[in-house]
Amino acid sequence: MTDNYEARDVIDKETLSTVKSVGDTYKYGFSTDIETEYAPLGLNEDIVRLISEKNSEPSWMLDWRLKAFNRWKKLKQPDWALLKIPEIDFQNQYYYARPANMKEKPKSLDDVDPKLLETYSKLGIPLTEQKKLAGVVEEAPLGEGENRKVAVDAVFDSVSVGTTFKEELKSAGVIFCSISEAIKEYPHLVKKYLGSVVPISDNFFACLNAAVFSDGSFVYIPEGVKCPMELSTYFRINAENTGQFERTLIVADNNAYVSYLEGCTAPQRDESQLHAAVVELVILEEAEIKYSTVQNWFPGDENGVGGIYNFVTKRADCRGKNSKVMWTQVETGSAITWKYPSCVLKGDNSSGEFYSIAITNNMQQADTGTKMIHLGKNTNSRIVSKGISAGKAQNTYRGLVQIGGKSQNSRNFTQCDSLLIGNKCGAHTVPYIEVNNSSARAEHEATTSKVDEDQLFYCMQRGIQEEDAVALIVNGFCKEVLQALPMEFAMEAQKLVAISLEGSVG
Amino acid sequence: MLKIDDLKVSLEEEEKQIIKGLSLSINPGEVHAIMGPNGSGKSTLSSVLAGKDGYIVDSGAVKFDGNDLLEAEVEERAALGVFMAFQYPIEIPGVGNMNFLRTALNSQRKTRGQEELNAADFLKLVRGIAKELEISDEMMKRPVNVGASGGEKKRNEILQMCLLEPRFVILDETDSGLDVDAMKLVSRGVNNFSSSSRSFLVITHYQRLLNYIVPDFVHIMVDGKIVKTGDKSLALHVEDTGYKDFLQLGKEKH
Ligand SMILES: Nc1ncnc2c1ncn2[C@@H]1O[C@H](COP(=O)(O)OP(=O)(O)OP(=O)(O)O)[C@@H](O)[C@H]1O
Ligand SMILES: [Mg+2]
Repeated sequence: MTDNYEARDVIDKETLSTVKSVGDTYKYGFSTDIETEYAPLGLNEDIVRLISEKNSEPSWMLDWRLKAFNRWKKLKQPDWALLKIPEIDFQNQYYYARPANMKEKPKSLDDVDPKLLETYSKLGIPLTEQKKLAGVVEEAPLGEGENRKVAVDAVFDSVSVGTTFKEELKSAGVIFCSISEAIKEYPHLVKKYLGSVVPISDNFFACLNAAVFSDGSFVYIPEGVKCPMELSTYFRINAENTGQFERTLIVADNNAYVSYLEGCTAPQRDESQLHAAVVELVILEEAEIKYSTVQNWFPGDENGVGGIYNFVTKRADCRGKNSKVMWTQVETGSAITWKYPSCVLKGDNSSGEFYSIAITNNMQQADTGTKMIHLGKNTNSRIVSKGISAGKAQNTYRGLVQIGGKSQNSRNFTQCDSLLIGNKCGAHTVPYIEVNNSSARAEHEATTSKVDEDQLFYCMQRGIQEEDAVALIVNGFCKEVLQALPMEFAMEAQKLVAISLEGSVG
Repeated sequence: MLKIDDLKVSLEEEEKQIIKGLSLSINPGEVHAIMGPNGSGKSTLSSVLAGKDGYIVDSGAVKFDGNDLLEAEVEERAALGVFMAFQYPIEIPGVGNMNFLRTALNSQRKTRGQEELNAADFLKLVRGIAKELEISDEMMKRPVNVGASGGEKKRNEILQMCLLEPRFVILDETDSGLDVDAMKLVSRGVNNFSSSSRSFLVITHYQRLLNYIVPDFVHIMVDGKIVKTGDKSLALHVEDTGYKDFLQLGKEKH
């Protein structure tokens, strides 16, 4: 018994020393040295006005923000999640930061500061229209990935730097631009849909976002149009001590289709930074949106110093009959993740899917899951959640499945699997299931397992390094979710899974 | 090639010695068979040679081409050319066979300072071997060993062996669970693979396998020790009379 105990001890020391190097493996941890213009420190009505003014917004938008700000002052930060959140001083950070030379918005990509372009190409996101996303293409199976284009909207701190393939999209009738631009150019659409899925006072963080959001992406796919390429937004936090509050609004009109990807990174810093985003999806009759996220904000170091606090409200409103939404997320970054992409299934026969991989290592904490609100008849939802916990991390799946009294014949299936690496981390599953009519069904399956020693040994006996073996096994564990991602992201996500678990075994 | 010298091994979990002073010397090109009653320590010996956790080497040494094998990491041993076909091959859900094989092969090549094999060459290589062993494409697309029958798993082990081209191979009861035809296939695979520079340690309960894979030496293992060594006729003797003649030998040596 004693021997065994000592052996464990040795393993844990080894784990510690390898885990130490993990902080250095965050390959997006560099920062861009660029002159940055900040709003004054802290948050008050003047700051809200200033943000609105910086974006040259119409007065209705300012009014909306002020209304949100006044509501926010009365709200309390929620504390029901299984998270230990250090107190956030909302007055001791900046709410707006933009590269000084972005004062005049660049007319085209050619006018964008080369330093910014370089930042994105270093991140694997070339802001050019010839190339594709990331270094994915070379590994793509022959035939696929060849002619696939991805349009990118790049958001750097508080502003959108540029959007690629805008003209080509426009000719297909698709609007893809920054939300600040949409507010000016397409006010009728923005007015109609903004806040219609996540109302300003929905929750503390969403309300804060409504008051101070600085930029984000806007997508409108008109009736009958299948968006001719993947759309994506790449969020980058660069400025210090600055919160990023972006807002994304995507509308798929009747019979429209779009697949949208979102990626995020931030420099490696000792101070924590706040990220509070809102994403609203509106899906009309027979329309479909696929929304994929690869979240890789800086997770903090092995002692939990620094990292992004990620408080995000994402919701899809399946308004029309036969409408469809699919959320896929790969959450590997952030010190704290608080995020529940949800589906409101209003339209009859509408369906919502949620595929999630959440990886926490070292001191990371994640409380994430989804809400499936069934209101229409014959609605379907499917939840596949894979939580992986290593180091001293805590990983919670929290999900609500609610089937309303009038939602006849609706179905939910939930599969919720947790994988533990080491013996100091935790995995928790908190499902809430409310079925309010007798013709509906909700099925829930959950498993918790450890990375199996025999599997590791088998891989290693075949010559595979231990860390690669862990990555292989974990990728296998997550396969169902990885397969739900568009190919461009699946490769990247697989590598990310490996990177974020580096040093998790001794 | 492999030299085991008075090896004694205990379990880490409890104070219990399983290998109790075992010596064995295997030269390049030789085929050695080990037979022995259930629980005599045959699989434990394989695991220790391959480097599995959970065992404590109390004393003795194992040299592989002059290297101290017991000091090397599991994956280093693999790269040195040690391969163990598992008595119970492990399932890895979600990990495709091809992906697994390619990762393994390229890891070994990398460790040995060789260039990685590109996708096209790899595919050609694997398909050739799979065909030889009559493993279907459909089988190759499945996750590693998941949903495979006992016999299919064993064939898969041989495929891995042929692909990774080890120099020292432990076959731990590769014959159990195989039907007659599969046994012939597997044996043919092994025989085609054998060469003057490769050695085999074949663990089996059945003399039948040794008709196909003909051993140079047969060792009888009882209670953690080799109690008798002979040629292939020893296996026939075991088949006829069981282990009763040898059990006593195991005790006498105490
Ligand atoms: N990890 C372990 N924990 C507990 N006991 C073990 C462990 N490994 C081996 N043993 C014990 O050691 C002894 C030898 O086991 P081993 O599997 O090596 O036998 P074997 O000769 O391969 O038997 P078989 O012919 O049935 O395959 C058995 O008594 C077994 O129960
Ligand atoms: Mg055995």
